[in-house]
Amino acid sequence: MRTLAEYLPEHPFFAGLDPASMDVVLGCAQNVHFAAGEMLFQTGSPADTFYVIRQGRVALEAHDPRSGTMVVATLSEGEVAGWSWLVPPYRWMFDARAVSPVSAVALDGDCLRGKCDQDPALGYALMQRVAHVMYERLQDARIRLLDLYGEAP
Amino acid sequence: MVPRLFGVVRTYPDTLDTVTLALEPLDGPPLAFRAGQFTMLHAFGVGEVPISISGDPTRPDPLLHTVRDVGAVTHALVTAAPGTAVGVRGPFGSGWEVADGTGGDVVVVAGGIGLAPLRPAILEVVSRRSDYGRVVLLYGARSPADILFADDMATWAQRHGIVVEVTVDYGPPGWSGRVGLVTTLVARAGFDPLHSLALVCGPEVMMRYAATALSARGVPDTRIRLSMERNMRCGIGLCGHCQLRELFLCVDGPVLSYDRLAPLLDVREL
Amino acid sequence: MAGRRTLDLEGLQSLIDALRDRGYRVVGPTVRDDAVVLAEITTLQDLPGGIGDEQQPGHYRTRPRDDGALFGFATTVQSAKPVLFPANELLWRGTRSPSGFEVSRDVPDDAPVALFGIRGCDLAAVGIHDSVLVGRPAVDAHYARRRDRSLLIAVTCSTPAGTCFCASMGTGPRPGDGADLVLTELLDAEGHRFLIESESPAGADALAHLVTTPATAADQAAADEVVATATAHMGRRLRTDDLHDLLYASAESPRWSDVAERCLACTNCTMVCPTCFCTSVEDVSDLSGDIDERHRVWDSCFSLEYSRLHGGAVRTSTGARYRQWLTHKLAAWPDQFGMSGCVGCGRCLTWCPAGIDLTAEVAALREELAHRETSRTGPRPPSTDH
Repeated sequence: MRTLAEYLPEHPFFAGLDPASMDVVLGCAQNVHFAAGEMLFQTGSPADTFYVIRQGRVALEAHDPRSGTMVVATLSEGEVAGWSWLVPPYRWMFDARAVSPVSAVALDGDCLRGKCDQDPALGYALMQRVAHVMYERLQDARIRLLDLYGEAP
Repeated sequence: MVPRLFGVVRTYPDTLDTVTLALEPLDGPPLAFRAGQFTMLHAFGVGEVPISISGDPTRPDPLLHTVRDVGAVTHALVTAAPGTAVGVRGPFGSGWEVADGTGGDVVVVAGGIGLAPLRPAILEVVSRRSDYGRVVLLYGARSPADILFADDMATWAQRHGIVVEVTVDYGPPGWSGRVGLVTTLVARAGFDPLHSLALVCGPEVMMRYAATALSARGVPDTRIRLSMERNMRCGIGLCGHCQLRELFLCVDGPVLSYDRLAPLLDVREL
Repeated sequence: MAGRRTLDLEGLQSLIDALRDRGYRVVGPTVRDDAVVLAEITTLQDLPGGIGDEQQPGHYRTRPRDDGALFGFATTVQSAKPVLFPANELLWRGTRSPSGFEVSRDVPDDAPVALFGIRGCDLAAVGIHDSVLVGRPAVDAHYARRRDRSLLIAVTCSTPAGTCFCASMGTGPRPGDGADLVLTELLDAEGHRFLIESESPAGADALAHLVTTPATAADQAAADEVVATATAHMGRRLRTDDLHDLLYASAESPRWSDVAERCLACTNCTMVCPTCFCTSVEDVSDLSGDIDERHRVWDSCFSLEYSRLHGGAVRTSTGARYRQWLTHKLAAWPDQFGMSGCVGCGRCLTWCPAGIDLTAEVAALREELAHRETSRTGPRPPSTDH
């Protein structure tokens, strides 16, 4: 397996980030692995990490006593899981569970927030990337709200 | 304008509300058609509806239509017993002309029942698989129970090297597949945008987003084809109902390239 | 072309007689219920002698004329459309049989029609229908059969109405191409007579059997004067340059909502329009379900049902429906058929209960576009919704 320093700059989320900033990000990163079924994070717990998915699939889930476990979205290789580390109150809103064996890069939210505070240019670059992820997810959610394939009114 | 008579050979339930109808001509040779074309199916005593052909263009007998039970005519069709006579006019309209993608990659983006009109195109690719490079099918359904042609997709993936990605809008307990919008799969699917032919069919909103995503990936707008739906009635461009500005979609379409459609899709109620 | 001839009133009657002798049903203008309509005629007395008309948006009246003109009105209430392209036509009939369903095709066997006295606008409209219904790969067999056997006798318009703009559309007042015979009614010191010109072999043949006299220079001058006077008295004008681009560029114009405030979506304009060709099919079955008939009926883009898809209509707002109609007539039609879909007959103005004036709406769109182009001082606000 390739090293983090080799892999991370090629991940779509970090594409185009300047090498100096990349070095800073690498300082907050570590490789992690999850077995199928294992939780990456759970609703309500402190959002201190976000995950860059290298392999496998992660499901964002909500659990309801009556309906059971519903999947809100799935995330795969090339995507990232979690942005609550960036927005107060820094708590996860959904459960994230590995539906297959998952290899990911965990980035320490505390560490990254600190670096961003010190280096607004890095903060802006990361913010832009997170904003793009949020934009895609919002579009995804909005279009799915339309229930396009469902029974027409 | 006079329908040919076909008899229902059998019906295959696809999902709770969707059935594939196998028809056999009662009055002559099988109906030759091109992938992407539709017919007007007439349930005698009830009425007529436009339905895309979902069978194999190289084997048009029996003639397959995948019909969703959403109105009086479609209800009569999906519940037709074997032996029932059905009127067929057509085939009408333009096809996918998937052979234009020979030598390159083919990306198929389907939403909901929109997979049915694409099935003939995929079967055409499968029948000449070596003519094409990577073939990707991105399919979005409402829920796992609404997924069409699951057996076909497994065959296409296992036997014909087609990359099949299925995603649903609603992931119930027990679903371990993808949940999310089909159009977001476009950004990360493995194909060469500059040498691809993209075929898109689904609800118009979904097609707009899919075409936008394909265009953003770098697929030329002339190489993105959409199958449009309007009120097809006569099938021969005479009755006027299916007009989209200067287009008679029943003859100029239903399959049209995105460069032609893009300015028309942005105007409401056109 | 045969030389120009003149025909007196007796000669005109003998033309009607000759047509009837040849098996034609002669359909011409006549007065019914205080309106000049097209119906079967047999004698000159059936024609609207001494009757003119007054037409304005939302307004129609006949009025007496003091000159005894037979063709002194502007337009008949309906054009030739209902004659050649009936509002309801049986296409086929299916009958349940032991083996399933048997389908029989219906072929119209009505007598050939001579349209007697149609205007330039309506003649042009027939030409348009020929292109739309016969000139494409899919042919309307019923129309084609009627049209094939029809004879067109056009009459120059002498007294256009307040809603007329054929001169703008290039279809009148002198009838253009496509007629078999063209008549111009002359009423001067020389007497009540008609300049008659044949424009087809069938027309020449009919003309050869009539008692006519060669037209004099004075007759020709009188006919030219009729055309010049009529041209000068067009009630409306339509600027036709750039209509195509104007309409396409106006797709999002606020003017459509403005029209929608007035438009009742009653479909009158499309019913009286001589070129509107949209139809629907109606499947009619008997109570037992053993007989199933398919009828083709006129439809209108102003009805909600017209654009119906599973789940709802595409054009729910009246503004979108008016836009569809006007854009089709003036912009999409040229794209589809290489000609305008409007002949300037003015019927859509006259028979609009709200008096909506196509020429005024186009002028408003033109003004609005010019205003938009000159007032574009800065970047447009972002139109995407994120």
